[in-house]
Parts: sequence; structure tokens; C-alpha cells
Amino acid sequence: MTTWSFFADHRAEILGATLDHLMLVIIAMMIAIIIGVPLGMLIVQRPTLRTIALGIASIFQTIPSLALFGFLIPIPFIGGIGKRTAIVALVLYALLPILRNTYVGLTGIDPAVLEAAEAMGMTRAQILFRVRFPLALAVILAGIRTATIITIGVATIAAAIGAGGLGTFIFRGVALVSDALILAGAIPAALLALLADFLLGLLERRLKVS
Amino acid sequence: MLLSIEMNTKPALSAKTIEFREVSFHINDILKRLIVSGVSLEIPEGETLVLLGRSGSGKTTLLKLINGMLLPTEGEVLVQGSSTRDWDLTRLRRGIGYVIQDAGLFPHFTVAENVALVPVLERWESARTAARVQEMLHLVGLDHREFAYRRPRELSGGQRQRVGVARALAADPPILLMDEPFGALDPVTRSELQREFSALARRLGKTIVFVTHDLHEALLLASRIVLLQAGRIVASAPPQEFLRLDHPEVRAFTASLAAAPGASA
Repeated sequence: MTTWSFFADHRAEILGATLDHLMLVIIAMMIAIIIGVPLGMLIVQRPTLRTIALGIASIFQTIPSLALFGFLIPIPFIGGIGKRTAIVALVLYALLPILRNTYVGLTGIDPAVLEAAEAMGMTRAQILFRVRFPLALAVILAGIRTATIITIGVATIAAAIGAGGLGTFIFRGVALVSDALILAGAIPAALLALLADFLLGLLERRLKVS
Repeated sequence: MLLSIEMNTKPALSAKTIEFREVSFHINDILKRLIVSGVSLEIPEGETLVLLGRSGSGKTTLLKLINGMLLPTEGEVLVQGSSTRDWDLTRLRRGIGYVIQDAGLFPHFTVAENVALVPVLERWESARTAARVQEMLHLVGLDHREFAYRRPRELSGGQRQRVGVARALAADPPILLMDEPFGALDPVTRSELQREFSALARRLGKTIVFVTHDLHEALLLASRIVLLQAGRIVASAPPQEFLRLDHPEVRAFTASLAAAPGASA
């Protein structure tokens, strides 16, 4: 049982890398939510901006993650080697599901409810914050959940540009042809993704209004 | 210029609460389809005016021209003496109750919160709002203790419409607009609500504009029936006289009444 003994011998390092990984994901997700949710609210009323924003977000989503990390390295201020570049790339990946679900959630509301809101003399801002947003919350959260799981996976690749995290074990394991090293990165990453999926799913069901 | 829309103040212009002056409306697309053309209509205070017509005759459009959900392409709609173009639309709408077929209740609000909507928007004191909610639920025949804290999804269709009416009346607006409010209900519940609402309307003395395609309903509720066909007014008369009018579209509607089993005119 070389793998288990490896885990036991290096549990402090594995735990440290897991926490590094988690921090990377949390910071990236927070930035993606701060950008994605307001932008999603903004594009509800602006069709041109909607096409541009969803288009750009979709393009980032199609670029292979390793390539995106590579592209960012030479860019001044946001690029270079390390965590900052990794966070920028992770934000770009997380943006599309959040943006799209915010938009879909805000626009997929029963038209009779919106008609009544307008006819009762609610202002546009009141309709957005008191009607559309609370009713869209479960859908927005579903987008955040998808984005979080993507980010946990993609963040393993961030180790390639020196951002640390669980990917460090995986890359080292591939280079040394060591299953134990690869699993030391892969298993905690998978567990993180499952846990995030479960917890956010729980929250989502709680917020759902039928 | 903004006119106050308080219930107890009776402005000098109250003889005509709502007035359509040569109003036309077309959808602003390449086809420029005319929905309403050349409509002139005066609705005095306290009248229950029923807009009757087939689907697509323009009756809902006329209703939405009153609270500024739509603005006329040509002509003017005056509410309490001011054109809907000059009104602050938020102020205008908070003085006009609105009830639609699907009720449009907010699913994330309780019944009490739905009814309290306009009072809360108008920043009433919470005690006054709570008392008003209780009064309104009683008015539409719903027990406060049983229904106040339910969500709309826990109500039957008829109960939802009752809440819709209570919400529309909560801030005591002088004008009430209703767009086929009982159209989606089963026949028994529908006639129950029609009869109750008819009595309620007489008691409240509000100016009511009611849209329907059901002549039976029109006869029951209206103090005047206005018949629309292809965006134009083709007949306008009190219920008893309406049945005697000699117009092909009126005859088409009276024929439908005679054909309906169990309907009595």
C-alpha cells in the first residue's frame, strides 16, 4: 500500500495544498460573482451589451485552460507567474455560467407577475430588487454551483504556472510517473468538488420558490 | 403637472375620470399594425364600464392605455384631467388598481405581503398596513387567520383571484382596471365571484373598467357596455338597451348568449 503510506507521510503537505487550492477557488469565485451577477442584471435591459458580454464569456470558455494560463503570462499587470494570473484565468472561466444563469433567471419569470408589478406602480429598480432578483436567486445559485465545480477542476491546472494548489502533486506525479503523487492531488480535488456541489445544491433547494 | 389622486378629494374634473380623445395605437414594428383606431370615450366617476369584444378587438390595449402601460400613438388619454403622457407613471399606477386573469401574485410573498404591496410602496405605517390587509381580506371573503400567511401556490384559482382583488383595492384607488379577472376559473367559482364582485363594486362606488368577452358577465356587472370590433367602438349602451341595439356584432354576441346553456339575459 505505497499510496496510503504516501498519504500518511505527507498529510500535512496535502492538507496545505488543499487549503491553497480552496483559497484560489474562493477568491476567484468571489471576483466572478461580483462581476457576473451585476453584469447579468445589467444585460437584461440591454440587448447589444448582452450579445457582446455573453459572446466574450463564451469564447473564454472554449479556450483550453492550459492555453489560457499560457496566454496570460506575458500580459502586463494581470499576467506573469503565480497566483494572480491563475485567479484571472479562473475568473474568466467562472464568468459564463454565472452571467448566463443570472440573465436566464431574471428573464424567465412569469410575465403575469411582472405585468402586475409594473401596473401596481413599482419602479424599474423595485421590480429588479424585490421581484426579479428574489425569484431568480435559485437559478443564479445553480450557475454559481456549476462555476464553482468548473473552477475547482481548472484550478489544478493553475499549478502549471506556479500558482500552487493540488495541481502541484498531479504535475509532479505525471513527471515522476507516480500514481501516489497523482492521487494525492486528484482525490482531494474530487472530494472538494463533490462537497461544494452538495452544499450549494442544498442552499439552492432552500431558495427555490415554486 | 401632477394631480393628487386621493380618494376623498373630488377634483373639479371628476365628471370625466377617464377620457379617450381620438386615440389610436399601433404596434411599433415594420407592419405598423393598428390595434386601436380613433377611439373617443368618456368614463364618468363611479361608472362600471365593461369593454366587450372578441379576442384581438383591442380591449386589453384600451385598458393598458389608461394606466400608461401603453401610450397612445395618436390622440390622448386623460386620467383625472391629465394626459397619461404628462403623468408620473408610478404615481398614476399607484392610484389605479389592476387585476388580471392569472392574478399575477408574487410567488415569494405571502398573501398578506401581496395585499400590502402598494401600501408598503407608499410607505404606510406598518400598523395601518396590517389593519388594511385584514380589512381587505375580509372584504373579499377570505379569513385573515387562515390565509394571511399562505403562499399563492397554496391557494385555489378562485382564492388567488380574491387576493388579486384585495391587492388592487388595498391603497383605496379611485380607479380599478380588470382584465378578464374571472376568465380562467371554473364555471361555478366564476359565477360565485361575479355575483360577489357585482355587489362589492356597487358598494365601493369606484370607477371600474372591466374587460371581458363574455356578454353574460358584461350584463351582470356593467352600468354601460362598450362593444369593440377590430379596434373601434361599434356600440355603447347600458345593459338593457344594449341587447336591443341593431348592429351585426351586437347580434353576434346576443346569439352567443342565447346559445349558452343555462344562461339568462
